[in-house]
Amino acid sequence: MSAADTTLAFDASCKIFVEGGCGFQSPGLHSFVFKPMFTVGGFEFNKPILLALVTTLVLCVFFWKAFASPKVVPGKLQMVAESGYDFVRRGIAYETLGKKEGEKWVPLLVSLFFFIWLMNLWSVIPLAQFPVTSIIAFPAALAILVYVTWLSLTFKRHGFVGGLKNLTGYDKSLGAVLPLVMLIEFFSNVLVRPFTHAVRLFANMFAGHLLLVMFTIATWFFLNSWGFAYAPVAFVMVMVMIAFELFIQAVQAYVFVVLTASYISGALEEAH
Amino acid sequence: MAVMETLAAVEIKGNLGAIGYGLAAIGPGVGIGYIFGNGVQAMARQPEAVGLIRQNMILGFAFCEALALIGIVMPFVYPS
Repeated sequence: MSAADTTLAFDASCKIFVEGGCGFQSPGLHSFVFKPMFTVGGFEFNKPILLALVTTLVLCVFFWKAFASPKVVPGKLQMVAESGYDFVRRGIAYETLGKKEGEKWVPLLVSLFFFIWLMNLWSVIPLAQFPVTSIIAFPAALAILVYVTWLSLTFKRHGFVGGLKNLTGYDKSLGAVLPLVMLIEFFSNVLVRPFTHAVRLFANMFAGHLLLVMFTIATWFFLNSWGFAYAPVAFVMVMVMIAFELFIQAVQAYVFVVLTASYISGALEEAH
Repeated sequence: MAVMETLAAVEIKGNLGAIGYGLAAIGPGVGIGYIFGNGVQAMARQPEAVGLIRQNMILGFAFCEALALIGIVMPFVYPS
């Protein structure tokens, strides 16, 4: 069911309680499909792509302006950008990877964190109001990026046999259960990791967007009928969900980056 | 399915996906409660370690939540 087929919930001609009216327009998969703004030779350019590009632009401009001419006594913008950068560097990179190795990975982790966080934030920013990461392609691409990074790092650091030992958690002292452990670890590391890495972020944003849309449509639905006294309740729920979503967006960006650092550190660790 | 026919015969109808999510939410519900319960207890025992505990608590919560959220997404992946 594409967006073109859906009766818009805020369409004025949608009469709810008239016989043959449109009823409660519940959100669903169609809420995540957008009509293209324009088509360039088969490639449809729609709102999520626009938001992703705007995210890139905003982040580049923000960090450029903050760090272009850094001062020893920082101005406001530089201080904010520095505290964000330092949060990822100290809190994630140094914690997980150690000081020496962590320094190499700080650019990747900082970029991932702010990119994912801003893409999540579009869910609650007016006019946009759509979390870009709730389309599986965006988290999947980032998860594949991380997957290729740590997988190739494993084999580069330990060679082919050593890399396989790393991936399967090979440990001589396990004895009889070793084949089982190797099988489980292989599945869990090589096959399931990128899936859960992407789906955790995607599902959080997907469910959050559905919740917000549900309560928003519910507010409008109540306003259109004799149940208008219920509309403030639904509106309060929208506010509560926005607050909750602000928290979850930051947490999911944080967890994505922490797991990235953890996978990279797992690739770099010495054999037992 | 025979189950659905029997259920429909006794007037129990509905979306299997919603039921599936409800069942999927039991485990993470218990898990998240356990994480935060132990986290709060740990914070009470050692207030100096609050920052460390909070970080690990949030991390554990995100892992647990992932399973519940895969549960809410699956009915959309397999619509009946």
